[in-house]
Amino acid sequence: MPDPVPVSLTTKDFKSDQEVRWCPGCGDYAILAAVQSFMPELGIPRERTVFVSGIGCAARFPYYLNTYGMHSIHGRAPAIATGLSTTRPDLSVWVVSGDGDALSIGGNHLIHALRRNVNLTILMFNNRIYGLTKGQYSPTSELGKITKSTPAGSADSPFNPLSLALGAEATFVARTIDSDRKHLQSVLRAAAEHHGSAFVEIYQNCNIFNDEAFEPLKNPATRDDYLIRLEHGSPITFGAQGQWCVIHPPGGFGLEVKETASVDPAEIVTHDAAVAEPAYAFALSRLPDLDLRHTPIGVFRRVERPSYDALVREQVATAKAKANGASQEEQLAAALASGDTWTIG
Amino acid sequence: MAKQVRQLDRVVIRFAGDSGDGMQLTGDRFTSETAQLGNDISTLPNFPAEIRAPAGTLPGVSSFQVHFADTDILTPGDAPNVLVAMNPAALKANLADLPRGADIIVNTDEFSKRNLAKVGYTASPLTDGSLDGYAVHEVGLTSMTVAALSDHAISKKDAERAKNMFALGLLSWLYSRPYESTLTFLERKFAARPELVAANTAAFKAGWNFGETTEDFSVQYEVAPADLPAGHYRNITGNVALALGIVAAGVRSGLPVFLGAYPITPASDILHELSKHKRFGVTTMQAEDEIAAVGAALGAAYGGALGVTTSSGPGVALKSETISLAVALELPLLIVDVQRAGPSTGMPTKTEQADLQMALYGRHGEAPVAVVAPRSPSDCFDTALEAARIALTYRTPVVLLSDGYLANGSEPWLLPDVASLPDLRVEFADAPNAPNGDGFLPYLRDQETLARPWAIPGTPGLQHRIGGLEKADRTGDISYDPANHDLMVRTRAARIEAIRVPDVEVEDPDGGAQVLVLGWGSTYGPVGAACRALRSRGHAVAQAHLRHLAPLPANLGAVLRRYEKVVVPEVNLGQLAQLVRGRYLVDAISYNQVRGLPFTAAELEGMLEEVVKNA
Repeated sequence: MPDPVPVSLTTKDFKSDQEVRWCPGCGDYAILAAVQSFMPELGIPRERTVFVSGIGCAARFPYYLNTYGMHSIHGRAPAIATGLSTTRPDLSVWVVSGDGDALSIGGNHLIHALRRNVNLTILMFNNRIYGLTKGQYSPTSELGKITKSTPAGSADSPFNPLSLALGAEATFVARTIDSDRKHLQSVLRAAAEHHGSAFVEIYQNCNIFNDEAFEPLKNPATRDDYLIRLEHGSPITFGAQGQWCVIHPPGGFGLEVKETASVDPAEIVTHDAAVAEPAYAFALSRLPDLDLRHTPIGVFRRVERPSYDALVREQVATAKAKANGASQEEQLAAALASGDTWTIG
Repeated sequence: MAKQVRQLDRVVIRFAGDSGDGMQLTGDRFTSETAQLGNDISTLPNFPAEIRAPAGTLPGVSSFQVHFADTDILTPGDAPNVLVAMNPAALKANLADLPRGADIIVNTDEFSKRNLAKVGYTASPLTDGSLDGYAVHEVGLTSMTVAALSDHAISKKDAERAKNMFALGLLSWLYSRPYESTLTFLERKFAARPELVAANTAAFKAGWNFGETTEDFSVQYEVAPADLPAGHYRNITGNVALALGIVAAGVRSGLPVFLGAYPITPASDILHELSKHKRFGVTTMQAEDEIAAVGAALGAAYGGALGVTTSSGPGVALKSETISLAVALELPLLIVDVQRAGPSTGMPTKTEQADLQMALYGRHGEAPVAVVAPRSPSDCFDTALEAARIALTYRTPVVLLSDGYLANGSEPWLLPDVASLPDLRVEFADAPNAPNGDGFLPYLRDQETLARPWAIPGTPGLQHRIGGLEKADRTGDISYDPANHDLMVRTRAARIEAIRVPDVEVEDPDGGAQVLVLGWGSTYGPVGAACRALRSRGHAVAQAHLRHLAPLPANLGAVLRRYEKVVVPEVNLGQLAQLVRGRYLVDAISYNQVRGLPFTAAELEGMLEEVVKNA
């Protein structure tokens, strides 16, 4: 992200003149409102912010923001944004995608953007369904999901998006929820401030084709026992009274949930997003049960690694510095005449 | 005893061996020596897709043909005068192309019973009389090289590998080539291993001295310099010329160049070459796939760079959805298709012109783009600049159709004066453009070019959104209005037709020809050579060659109607011919060949002679 400059903008400044056309009650409204009201805080002028999207409901996002924006083609937004980010370090480049766009048709571009660590903020709205095409199962739909295209139930096992991102060597991985504006904005802020690829999964409700997909995480009766709010530097406990905790059992590979009262407090894992080894964040990503119980939200991983675009620009700058004062035209003439040459006449 | 020296006006030599024998390098060096002498040159490499096919087999044969002359020439030559065959497979694979009387230099060390059997020879062709009628020179290239290097501290394998330098030395002597550049080349190539510089130099000199000494070669040949325009020259392949054209387009436009590419034969050398030119602000990205390659190039173009993607047919097919997006976004984008024989993987190292209709029409919806094609290896430089001019001026994707023949073939190139190259500077939008002075209309067009403003992110006050959904005229807002879609589809077509391209020129030195040969792309050389040959025998024939395939030159219809007969030779099944017939209602004669090889001038001459006689 470019360095912040003093600009005084408001939520209104980030609203475009286009009528928002998602279904009434869609979780996308909440995310849009959260983004519009949070953008002024970043201190980046509107003209230096670019949203690039693919295809799907989420992909309409750029039309509603008064920044630069491109609504591109299905799955390709990370590739297009990579070309933009690599050549334009002065821009803050965002990718808005959905579970079908990012993980199905665009899966390859997503994992390569993450492993390159291109300076991008990638928001993946996960509603576990294809909405724009009216209700087919998606790569995050649960096994056995009954949809229009799977009347007997889906036979595909879903991706765990965060496990996938971590496997692709992502340097910033986080999850948040459409309905929790405060949490959403805090995660987006951290993502925007990260140099390199930031991957944020946003649980988003599709009230038409997959309503209440994340209900246990939102319902006051269940959410405290289902959600694990990760705080960097704090012991991982949850539940209304902090009665649950996460430990690393000796001899095991992963993490486990225990009753806080049943363990030595020293055994409780203290969340550290900066752990270099991705296995820790991966273990966190494996905690949720099929019914969403024990779903961590927050920043799973935040580590520093040189970004592709910065390395590439450095190579160009190093090569340019060898010009020794020769103009581009003089250098071009020399390049054309390289190798064996001869003169006639 | 001083040997007899005989003057020749032209020679065609084919070096052939196993794909590991270094034939491409040998041919390259011979070409470079020949260029130094001032001959005109044209070359044709021909190699298998497999990096190292099983040694000694027919599929493993790699060859390099060089044609050099004391006049200007247009093709690498139809039939070799000299074949250098490093093994029985190389002899067998190439013998059919040789006219009787041609010289054959064979490496007898490789003519073992086993190697002969590998390619189906039951008796050695060197002894069974099947080569009667050729001038066969039996040379133990391997054993003589090893013997010449006996006091060099190198492995036997390295010594054997130097046999191509022995062969090069022999041929260099035979045709009186200056060899200083080869010795300098060896010093550069093996800089890290001085013992190999010494060994390869010694092998080269041993070959030269062998020629001078042996009685097998009683005559040494000379080919006088050609009367080429004065100036500074280099030998150049199409792929390198194309890459340099892109570099030049960056310099002349003042824009950074961004290349997105995925490795594919025969286009990868453009990626390799461009990756060496970072000091011109060239960024090369080897993408995860063909789609990402063009996507990243489009993203860079959106940000104000000269976005380029290079590939071959299978890759361009994958890019088609993104090219359609670029059509809708109306952004500059250069797509290079180095065509190869298809469909599917086809014959990756063999040439073809069968992607023309894909370039013109191979997208969903009405998605017109500009299409250009170079005519020779060095013309790839000028055509790349022309493609960039069209893309930047008219804010459109442009497909440049090179092919395997141009990509790897080479010819002398008169180096251009950089200051004389086209000025490609562009103006980005920097202020609101709405007629009432307020607001920005991203789809308000320049009345002459029909191009929309290029408003790049970072420009204050011009924030706007673009995308693949149909846009309203002027505002660029999403629009499903039927009349607007009809207008936008027609406008996108009109945009391409509005591109100004030069008239097609007709070459008819005798005047009064009744037959016109219309070509495009890499057929220029063989068509031109065939026309010259026909004219030299008293037949009038006119030649026109298209660089611009979309839009077509404005005078093309009038030109076609002037002739009684129009012949369109293509290395496909008649793709341009179909276009010409459909568009101009001209009863063009389509002549086709798809063997993975360029036309020979002789076959075109024979075909055209029949047409001319019956006109």
